[in-house]
Amino acid sequence: MTQLWNFGGGIHPPENKSQSSNRPIRSAGLPARLVLPLQQHIGEPARCIVEPGQKVLKGEVIAQVGNGMGVPVHAPTSGIVQRISLEPVPHPSGMSDTCVVLIPDGEERWCELVPQPEYRKLERDKVLALIRQAGIVGLGGAGFPTNIKLRPSVDRKVDTLILNGAECEPYITADDMTMREKADQVMAGLRIMAWLLRPSRVVIGIEKNKPEAIAALRQAAEGSKTEIAVIPTIYPSGGEKQLIQILTGQEVPSGGIPADIGVICQNIGTAVAVADAILQGRPLISRVMTATGEALAEPGNFEVLIGTPASHLLTCAGVSKQHMSRLVLGGPMMGYTLQNTDTPLIKTSNCVIAASASELPAPAPEQPCIRCGLCAEACPMELLPQQLFWHAKATEFEKAEHLNLFDCIECGACSYVCPSSIPLVQYYRFAKGEIRLQRAEQQKSDRARVRFEARQQRLDREQQEKDQRRKDRALAAAKAQEQKTSDAQTTVQDGTVTNERSGKSALVEQALARKKAKAAAASAERTEFATQLSKEAAPSETFTPEHAGKIAVAETVPSVEELEQQLTQVQIKLEKMQSMLEDARSGQAPNVDKLERAVDKNIERVRRAQRAIDDA
Amino acid sequence: MALVQQSSPHAHRARPTSRIMLWVMIATVPGLLAQTVFFGWGNLINVVWCIALALATEAAILKWRSKPVGFFLKDNTAAVTGLLLGLSLPQFAPWWVSAVAVFSAIVVAKQLYGGLGSNPFNPAMVGYALVLISFPLAMTTNWAAPVGLGQDAPGFGETLSAIASGQQTAVDGWTMATPLDEYKHKVGSHTAAEITVHPTFGNFVARGWEWVNAAFLAGGLVLLALRIISWHIPVGFLGGLVAMSLLFGTNADQYAPLSLHLLAGGTMLGAFFIATDPVSAATSRQGKLIYAVGIGALVYLIRSWGNYPDAVAFSVLLMNFAVPFIDYYTPPRTYGHHKARRGLPTRKQG
Ligand code: SF4
Ligand code: SF4
Repeated sequence: MTQLWNFGGGIHPPENKSQSSNRPIRSAGLPARLVLPLQQHIGEPARCIVEPGQKVLKGEVIAQVGNGMGVPVHAPTSGIVQRISLEPVPHPSGMSDTCVVLIPDGEERWCELVPQPEYRKLERDKVLALIRQAGIVGLGGAGFPTNIKLRPSVDRKVDTLILNGAECEPYITADDMTMREKADQVMAGLRIMAWLLRPSRVVIGIEKNKPEAIAALRQAAEGSKTEIAVIPTIYPSGGEKQLIQILTGQEVPSGGIPADIGVICQNIGTAVAVADAILQGRPLISRVMTATGEALAEPGNFEVLIGTPASHLLTCAGVSKQHMSRLVLGGPMMGYTLQNTDTPLIKTSNCVIAASASELPAPAPEQPCIRCGLCAEACPMELLPQQLFWHAKATEFEKAEHLNLFDCIECGACSYVCPSSIPLVQYYRFAKGEIRLQRAEQQKSDRARVRFEARQQRLDREQQEKDQRRKDRALAAAKAQEQKTSDAQTTVQDGTVTNERSGKSALVEQALARKKAKAAAASAERTEFATQLSKEAAPSETFTPEHAGKIAVAETVPSVEELEQQLTQVQIKLEKMQSMLEDARSGQAPNVDKLERAVDKNIERVRRAQRAIDDA
Repeated sequence: MALVQQSSPHAHRARPTSRIMLWVMIATVPGLLAQTVFFGWGNLINVVWCIALALATEAAILKWRSKPVGFFLKDNTAAVTGLLLGLSLPQFAPWWVSAVAVFSAIVVAKQLYGGLGSNPFNPAMVGYALVLISFPLAMTTNWAAPVGLGQDAPGFGETLSAIASGQQTAVDGWTMATPLDEYKHKVGSHTAAEITVHPTFGNFVARGWEWVNAAFLAGGLVLLALRIISWHIPVGFLGGLVAMSLLFGTNADQYAPLSLHLLAGGTMLGAFFIATDPVSAATSRQGKLIYAVGIGALVYLIRSWGNYPDAVAFSVLLMNFAVPFIDYYTPPRTYGHHKARRGLPTRKQG
């Protein structure tokens, strides 16, 4: 017997599994068209490598990925690419994304497949590459690329490999049926993964309510060291974190991943996909999905080609459209509703529920929280859902975060038990979304500030360099001037006019110098004016007309320079104000008017400073 | 065909607040029956009167606050408040005393704080405490003697007219000090043996009271079995009381014995039906224990050294004060964290 641990909380919703679990897996057949989103996993979307009109074979790569995190997409059948366009994809928001639309030709002609039954002779990296090339992502729901999960970083020794066959959500029986009918494939996939990871313990966790699956796997695992752990039926025992706790007694650290505690958890369907990919060379082009709900005459489990529109599967299961009031993708606890029956089913889709109105009735109107604490009793993460709700509702996000909002796995157990019918999970999603938004904005403004500061520094530095060069030039010029003037004076005083022209030129020089001094005085006045305009500009010296005369010639140039410096400063300020104004406008901040006025004022200042320079 | 768009989870367990409250009311039935059997019609009349008044008051104030009247009346919480007052007030409490209690419970303690879910104090106990302070005479002299002790136990009509007459004190022959009161007043000058000869103590602990408490205990166990309340509050409450009693009051000549603490007065009603009011109690498991132990300890403290013979109302209210504090410091440790995050967020986290 495997030792089991408890996790806190959990609930027992009605299972509703028998509708779909009393028939063998059927094939959903070929739909009239297949819609293949380029992104069916966490990571970067694949790049389309086919063109409209192109013929493709079954299993052929139609979208490839670069070196980043992602997997390719394959043609689930042979046919012609009709178009590459934006189509609605499965997402809680009902958004659209780039998809390849494929019209099957009905021939089901395979491309060439390369099985690797002798995978143990290959390099591990090669096997991982094959898994990636087969387009395999976790089929449990999140869709993490499997090859990446199977290669934990070197410093993390994996000692436990868990296969998640808990399937705790009501209604869903896809994994159950897979275990019953494909136990050998499950084991084969598990062996490949175990060979890759070399863990010291391999365990399959299955909820008690699946006796056939347990028996089938027990038989298939006969003689191997794989443990079959029968775990209690309680929602959400199949949550990765909860299953790890049940089977190992360890907790995944907050914000960490299972590999941090030496555990890797894979889904049943993923194991089958890995076995298919390595042993038969077959890429991931179909999966087992449950179609259930009261609006279906023949609910059950189907082998569905990836990209099949939900409507096709529903038709296969005998949908009665009048009775269908809600179409849920996933289970009733964590799934989301589809707006459009044409939405394609993808690698991560495990269940569609076509529910009648009486089956999943609209929730009762929300009542005030009576602090009964039932939600906290139910929470598998040991959070305080009710406090999180208060803070989320009051938009006190800081407090919600303090109470570990981000540890919430959105399992819905709290909402399920709440006597006041409060849609708690919705509040948490809202709060998380808001916090992420705030963070993103904070980051953006931080980046903008850093950029601005860097620019400011660069400008300042450039300005300083320029100033330095000017000063040097001015100094040199002043020296030369002095030399000349004194030369000229000496000549005049001495009376030894050897050169009429030079004497004259000296006089002219002198006159010029006087004029320049005058101009300097005038410009000094203007400078002062400009200084007053720009409060930021710290005047390096206080000019008065009297001593402006004294600094005379040599100082004439610096005063213009001074002006220029001020002009730049005013300009910088103007730029800053303008960027602030833009930010304020985009954020619809209340201070837009004020900023607008400030910007106008600064424009005026720049203009005046400009004029002052021109005058000088 | 328009598909319903709905956020997960799509399934809900239908045990709404109204149903929970209904179960609370049903669970008080054994206690109410025991009260009627041992103390006459008084509690039954009080209960009916208080519930009717509570519903009327709640309706009126909801209307005044422009809230949907039917929606809130149907949650049964006002009825529970009325019920609890009817069960706790003296059997012959004049109608206006009950009325003041119900008014202040519903209007002041509940609705003026924002209505259901927002009241920091247990409404029924606010009402009770208010009349206990305001009308001490009416609140101490109107306890019925256990049936069979008074000269001819009063019938339904007599009880009703005694309550409806509005006199501060009901007819003398039918009433008697409660056992806790009796013990408290005599313990300074008498020995335990001398005190317990008083007819109110009967053969076991306190005639009639022991059965009433046993019946409330039974009702409380039903609530526990139905998982409407968790064990933490009743166990904490009784545990606190027992611990204090063992610590200070083992000498029956000085302090009321443990049996009397547990089986006289409103102990079981308080432990299972009053302290467990979720709105004004602490929330986490640990918090509930602290909260309840506090109430149990305070009950002993006030009964032994305070001025009031029964102390459930004041103890509950005092611990209600402490709830926000308790809640801040008793969050559970979240999965995957080393320790619980207590207190308020610190600045640097922001
Ligand atoms: S279950 Fe609902 S009513 Fe009860 S404490 Fe939680 S949020 Fe409040
Ligand atoms: S949804 Fe979040 S808060 Fe609610 S029970 Fe699940 S983990 Fe706890």
